[in-house]
Amino acid sequence: MHTFLSRVNAVSAFSLSTLAALTFLCFASTFFINYKAPVTITAANIVLKNVPEYAVSREKNDLGALRFDLSSDLTPLFNWNTKQLFLYLTAEYETPNNKINQVVLWDKIIKRGDASVINLKNQHLKYYFWDDGNGLLGHNNVSLTLSWNIIPIAGTLPTWSGTGSYKLAFPSEYTLGRSY
Amino acid sequence: MYPAQIFFGLELFYQVLNFAMIVSSALMIWKGLMVVTGSESPIVVVLSGSMEPAFHRGDLLFLTNYDHEPIRAGEIVVFKVEGRDIPIVHRVMKVHEKEDGTVKFLTKGDNNNVDDRGLYANGQAWLNRKDVVGRARGYVPFIGIVTIIMNDYPKFKYAVLAGLGIFVLIHRE
Repeated sequence: MHTFLSRVNAVSAFSLSTLAALTFLCFASTFFINYKAPVTITAANIVLKNVPEYAVSREKNDLGALRFDLSSDLTPLFNWNTKQLFLYLTAEYETPNNKINQVVLWDKIIKRGDASVINLKNQHLKYYFWDDGNGLLGHNNVSLTLSWNIIPIAGTLPTWSGTGSYKLAFPSEYTLGRSY
Repeated sequence: MYPAQIFFGLELFYQVLNFAMIVSSALMIWKGLMVVTGSESPIVVVLSGSMEPAFHRGDLLFLTNYDHEPIRAGEIVVFKVEGRDIPIVHRVMKVHEKEDGTVKFLTKGDNNNVDDRGLYANGQAWLNRKDVVGRARGYVPFIGIVTIIMNDYPKFKYAVLAGLGIFVLIHRE
């Protein structure tokens, strides 16, 4: 440990190994945590139209619209290894055309330090609720769930769903005109 | 030949062998990872800022690509558009899966305002299972920045290689 270079070498090797060990501990200490939280979702103003989805093809597809209320306390999901939460509201349903349909209607990023209690009322959808076909007409078993993807500081990227979903029912007739 | 020369030849042989062992071990580990995870590229470096603030340029992602794991909304997938080499890391936002398992899905970057239909091939509206390189399962920040520096500044890459070469030569004496 006499030359400048050997000292730099020793210090940088030691700090790199310490950083690596800390990163591994960050990952290992949060690997088994269950990121569960209760969620309350309700929806209203449900409208269904059947119009061409030009981004996909010239065919007419079902286009649903609704307003939703969402409330949940996500504070227990933040620990020393949570960088951010990616929340997304998914509508999941089955149609004769497709066995599994999942459409994300709304999403939000909550960074570490931001307000982690959600209390939304009469919220608009962020993304269009297009079906692949005409399967939403009269569908009475579309379930809305709020899920979250935990982005850690280092480690695995788990996805968890909130307990508590809402069962959505679509009218059996299309709405004409520009009502939303 | 003088004994010193024979001795010198043997040492060189062992050094070459050592070097070959290191290179082939690294290759074995990489190929082994490819088999275990089922992905052609089990470790990727995030190249763009389209997934900020979750992932930044230079972050490292660990992928798996098991067939029995279905593609579901909210997952982070790495995919390649047909005909292009660059892998893209974005999130799945729509999934339509038929009874027989054929699935089509739409992706969007967290930091982008619109979905990825503009990035897909001309006329392509959905991605399929075969476009997926893997699903992001683990994440380490910042380590991959070395790869990005090497790509953006090739002179740096050559300087590092030259430095390593010189170091190997000097070390032997």
